Parts: sequence; structure tokens; C-alpha cells
Amino acid sequence: MKNWRGWVLPAIVVVASELLIRQTVTDSDVLVPPSKIAAASVVAMADGSLLHATFETLAAAAGGLALGGGFGLALGILLGISRSAFEVSFLAIEILRPIPAVALIPIAMLIFGFGFRMEISVVAIATLWPVLILSQHAVANVPAVLLEVGRSLCLGRRRTIISIVLPAAAPGLFTAARLAAAYALVVAVTVEIFANPQGLGYALIVSQQMLHPETMLAMLFWVGVIGWGMNSIFLQFQRTFFVRWSNVEQRQS
Amino acid sequence: MSSVPNNHAMSLGLVGVLVIIAVWHFSAASGAISPAFLPTPWAAASALRLGLAHGDLLDQLRDTVSLMFRGWFVASLLGIGLGTLVGVSPTIGAYVEPTLEFLRPLPPSAIAPLAISLLGLGPGMVLLVVIFGSVWPPLLSAAQAFALIDPRLREVARCLGLSRSAFVFKIGLPSMTHDVIGALRVSVSLALILTVLGEMLTAQGGLGYVILLAARSFNAPRLYAAIILLALLGAAANLIILLAERRLTAWNIQRV
Repeated sequence: MKNWRGWVLPAIVVVASELLIRQTVTDSDVLVPPSKIAAASVVAMADGSLLHATFETLAAAAGGLALGGGFGLALGILLGISRSAFEVSFLAIEILRPIPAVALIPIAMLIFGFGFRMEISVVAIATLWPVLILSQHAVANVPAVLLEVGRSLCLGRRRTIISIVLPAAAPGLFTAARLAAAYALVVAVTVEIFANPQGLGYALIVSQQMLHPETMLAMLFWVGVIGWGMNSIFLQFQRTFFVRWSNVEQRQS
Repeated sequence: MSSVPNNHAMSLGLVGVLVIIAVWHFSAASGAISPAFLPTPWAAASALRLGLAHGDLLDQLRDTVSLMFRGWFVASLLGIGLGTLVGVSPTIGAYVEPTLEFLRPLPPSAIAPLAISLLGLGPGMVLLVVIFGSVWPPLLSAAQAFALIDPRLREVARCLGLSRSAFVFKIGLPSMTHDVIGALRVSVSLALILTVLGEMLTAQGGLGYVILLAARSFNAPRLYAAIILLALLGAAANLIILLAERRLTAWNIQRV
């Protein structure tokens, strides 16, 4: 195996904590040996609670991402193409953007109560900004040479956007989507931990409050697996579909 | 954003902000959106002014700033240190990197329940969450900056017979200042978000606590006053680091 060295550290942590905790700690609210965490994972997986919570979290994250990312993408493309639209809105965006999304959870709770709508609205606002800024950047930085090609081919504004600007900006737009997807998961779990009684975040905080550290740590591990898996899938996708583009970029530079 | 605005653009930007405030005012004052959710800009501004002058907002702000800064500071040192280690030694990198790759996408808030179990509901727990969340940007950028050091500089170091630590301090750290400070700007906004979240969970003071309490008592003006204060704090922290960056990398004309 090529990457065996990557497994050394996790293996040491697992074995050492198993041995240490088994020998010294008899009854703790935090420290449980990894074997018990594994057992709790199996139980949560078998009774369906883990998959149900996962579904709730991913659904809310996807809904919020679709809403916030969609708006962000549309606005970002608009602001990337139109210089005057960018100049009118940049200051407002710079003022609104630093507002922490978590600070909006109480307002979302007042308006929507508990449930999917509240969680989706917070995720949407949180993902709107990064998508907007990254896609604005990607569109505004389309090489001028390409736009000149469009002009000399006498393409209309619409054709230029569809067949030149968007394909040229595609890798940047995809990076925006990848980062926003990771962020959407983070925000969804955060909303659940803080307020919304559903999904993985809620399962985490409830198992902490009911003093089931093994379930809590199993959930934590599972959240890590989901985040890591999502990131890997996106990266693989990016490598498969955007290799051509990035090669072009490298040749140019 | 991508370009530096001139005066003309700045005044256009102000027009945009005024339009948004006007829309806010009319949707609140006309009752289109209930005042329980959206106070008028005037009500929010006067709640902010009164809270700062006579109330506790200044103290709460100080709490938040102190927690945020301490968490960010420790995370920055830790991140730069670990990143340097990973960047300098491919061997250490091979052992540590896969574990870091697994931990990095973990939502920092997901650490909160574990932190509560370990440290109880208090500032220590908030600090742990802030540190865990904001350690990644400096760590990754430091590791990457080392990997991207100009090969010619490496040759220079070899010709001069620099030891590995001299290489780190004389060539590595200076050449990564630009990238790492950029990452520190990202991590300071993360630190602010996580501090607010932590304060909402512990409910022992700070602007997160103010927001939580104001929402529960349907005190919308105070809620928005605290949010405005948070936005200002985030913008100020960002600006300070940006200015520090200009200062620290002024010698590096290539990058300006």
C-alpha cells in the first residue's frame, strides 16, 4: 500500500486511547474507548437513526445551497459582466458580507420557527456570499483576448455570454460550487446544533446532553466522513471534467 | 473584491448602500414585514447608540473581541507552526497530512458538543471551538507556501550552506508572509463566527448572548444593533490585517 504512512497516526491514536481508557477510566462522560464508539456506530446505522439524520442534514444543506448558490451565481455573473452593476453594489456587499450567518439563526427562528425552512434560509444566506464573490471574480477575469474573439465574430451579447464567458469561467464557477457545498454542510450542522431539532447536529448535541459519549463521538466521526467524502467527490469531478481547461491555463501562463 | 475602487466608484457604492437602507426603511415602516422581525433602520441605530453610550453593548463587545482575538491568535501560531512543519519535511507531511485532510472538512461547530463534555459550558469551550475552526487556513497556506518556494531560492540556500532552521527563518517564513496573512484574514472571520456561536451556546455574555436574548425577548432593535456591531467588528478586523499586510510585505515589490 502506497500511503501506509498516513494510517500510522490514526492507528496510534486508536490503539493508545483504547488501551489507556480501558485501563484507567471506568466511568466517564467523555472518554470512551474506540471499540465502544464503533459499536455505537453499528447500532445507530442498524436502527436507521443515523441515515435518517444524515438525510435531514443533507436535504437542508442541498436546499439552502440551491437557493443561496443559485442567487449568488446569477448575481455574481451579472456583476462580473456589468462593470456599473459591480460599482453600485460592491460597497453594500462588503458591508453585508461580514455579518456572521450564525447571528441570523435567531431571526430565522422568529420568522420560520423550527424545521427545514429556517435551516434552508440560514444556509442560503451563508452560501450566497462566497458564491457571489467567487463567480464575480471568475467572470470578470475571463481573458480579454477571448472577448475580442467574440467581438470580431460579431457575436451578440447573449451569444458572447453563453458561448465564451461561461465556458471560460466554468472552472472558477465550479470551485465556487465546491467550496459552497462544503460550507453548506458546515452551516446546516451548526444550525442543528444550536437550534433546529433535526439532523446530525441535533443528534450530536442530544447525545452529549444525554451523556452518551460513544454515540456523540460516533456521530462526530460520521459527520467527518460525510464532509471528507463530499470533498473527495467534488475534487474527483473537478479533475475529470476540467482538466482540459486547466491545461489551457497552464499553457498560457 | 477583485479591484480597488476609485472615488467615482466609491460614490456609486454609497448610492447602492443608500438604496438598500431605503428599501429596508420602507419595508419596515410600511408594515410589509412585521416589526417583530425587522425594525426600522432608525430604531436599530438608536438602539445601537443607546446601548453603546449607556448600556452594556460596549462590555459585551469587549468580551467578544477578547475571546475572538485569543482564539485566533493561538490558532494562527498553531497553524503556521504545523503548516511549516508539514511544508519543510515531506516525511512528517506523509504521516500527518491524511489525518489533517480528514479533520479539515469537519464542521467546527460539530466539535462543540465534545468541547462541552470536556471543558463544560464556558469560555474555555468556546476557545477550543474557535481554535479548531480557524487553525486550517494558516495551516494549509503555510504548508502550501513552503511547497511553492522558488527552486532558485532553494539553490541559493544550498550554495550558502544554510541549515534547515536557517532556511525556514531566513527564506521560508519571509517568502510566505503574503499568502499566510491572506489566510489569517480568512481565519479571523471564521474566529468571529465561531465566537458568536460559542457565546450563543454558553449564554454567558458577549454579542452572541445579546443576540440570543434579544431574539427571545422579541427586542428586534437590540438584535439588529448587535448584528450591526458584529458586521463592523468583522470589517474592522479584516481591515486591520489588510493594513498590516501592506506594511509587512512592502519590501516585496514583485507582489504589489
